[in-house]
Amino acid sequence: MAGFVDIEDVELTYRGENGGVLALQGTSLSVGKGEFAAVVGPSGCGKSTLMKLVTGLVRPQRGRVAVEGAVVDGPLKIAGMAFQNPTLLPWRRTIDNVLLPMEIVEPHRGRFRAEHARYKTMAEELLATVGLGGFGDRYPWELSGGMQQRASLCRALIHQPALLMLDEPFAALDAFTREELWCVLRDLWEKHRFTVILVTHDLREAVFLADTIHVMSARPGRIVTTRRIDLARPRELSVCYEPAFVDIVHELRDQIATVRRQ
Amino acid sequence: MISERQWERIAPWAFTAASILLWELACRLFRVDPFVLPAPSAIAEAFVIYWRPILRNSAVTLWTTLVGFGIAVVFGLVCGIVVGWSRFIYSGLYPVMVGFNSIPKVAVVPILIIWFGIGEVPAILTAFLISFFPIVVNVATGIATTEPELEDVLRALGAKKLDIMLKVGIPRSQPYFFGSLKVAITLAFVGAVVSETVGANAGIGHLMLQAGSNFQMPLVFAGLVALAIEGIVMYAIFAYFESRVVHWAFRSGRNAAA
Repeated sequence: MAGFVDIEDVELTYRGENGGVLALQGTSLSVGKGEFAAVVGPSGCGKSTLMKLVTGLVRPQRGRVAVEGAVVDGPLKIAGMAFQNPTLLPWRRTIDNVLLPMEIVEPHRGRFRAEHARYKTMAEELLATVGLGGFGDRYPWELSGGMQQRASLCRALIHQPALLMLDEPFAALDAFTREELWCVLRDLWEKHRFTVILVTHDLREAVFLADTIHVMSARPGRIVTTRRIDLARPRELSVCYEPAFVDIVHELRDQIATVRRQ
Repeated sequence: MISERQWERIAPWAFTAASILLWELACRLFRVDPFVLPAPSAIAEAFVIYWRPILRNSAVTLWTTLVGFGIAVVFGLVCGIVVGWSRFIYSGLYPVMVGFNSIPKVAVVPILIIWFGIGEVPAILTAFLISFFPIVVNVATGIATTEPELEDVLRALGAKKLDIMLKVGIPRSQPYFFGSLKVAITLAFVGAVVSETVGANAGIGHLMLQAGSNFQMPLVFAGLVALAIEGIVMYAIFAYFESRVVHWAFRSGRNAAA
């Protein structure tokens, strides 16, 4: 089945001082258009490498990575990315941080000056949808960690990417903020239906947000199971306490425990 | 009542005044030979008598320092961006520069004098040579320490190396750059004066050398004080400049620490 993102039998070794590190081997993964996919696994299993492969930042030594049917042979130019660390630029106001991709991505780049006012309104609206209305003129260092992460999400989404890559975006936040941001991400996704690949080690986060969860093995990482999550949408936070949800989390936890022992 | 904050503000002046007073007292009490260590009052007297040559020579030193420093800023900025740009150039050029920097610049001055003759050129070049290294290193460090995640974000959007440099690398290196200016201007003074002491027709270094060979110790010390004043003023100007231009670096630093 050809999906929006296809990874087929990929192998990747990082060259290091004392020989290479085999990060991925025989990894295959397919994500449909508009699907919310989550990748979970023990730490150091190559989840982040997977992100870099999909976005074309690294190339596999063997196998094939394709996005929208086209083989990825260089940086994608369309993907929005967010990481655990918000990586906002401290010399730019929040709104200008959010607008950064517009200064780089075609065709916005060429229009950036001419249509600055329109883009600014877009950014302000986006900030408002994540609960940062009116904070655009603040500098990132005037915002709390959770607010910075919201702004970072906005930066990943401002150019309306077809693909959003998230690498443990909520890992550094406190539990309450994290759950709040789950809902922010859920709402944004319900509204725009971009394709998401979320790398996380928080199983509840994965089950709450994703359509499909891919469990990775320890290094060299490959996908050992794929689990569809059929919980009805839109999901409320209260779903996290329902037996069906808890069962899925337990099931995944057992799988990861098995994988770690191997 | 004077508050604690006000005390803090007065403190540097009070300490300076106290140490000068102590110096004066020590000289009088122990009858120190003015040829060994002139008292502050004698130095002040030299200032009053020789204010004209001091001022004229200070101006020369200031001018050579600033020209050398100016070249160092331009050269250091360009060099730092190039070195920070590519890992290849970094690994090739950095050891060479470290090696060059470890040469004591005093040793280069005679060569410069042979090449360019006695005058302002060797002083300018020495000021340049001694002050450009910290600028290069700081700018290159600022650029080279760009967060890899941020680079990934931009590259995944199709950013070229030049985009990353303009949007992130160069703005990011600004605090490093302005921080290095404070160090560099002080070093430029050292360079200029060293060169003037070895061979020059004017400048504070030259004045001190002349005064020394005439046994006018108070004038030697007056030259020293003039240098200190110039150095402190230049440092203060660049420190102020730094805090204005890259205020975000100070604020975000404080914010992160809090």
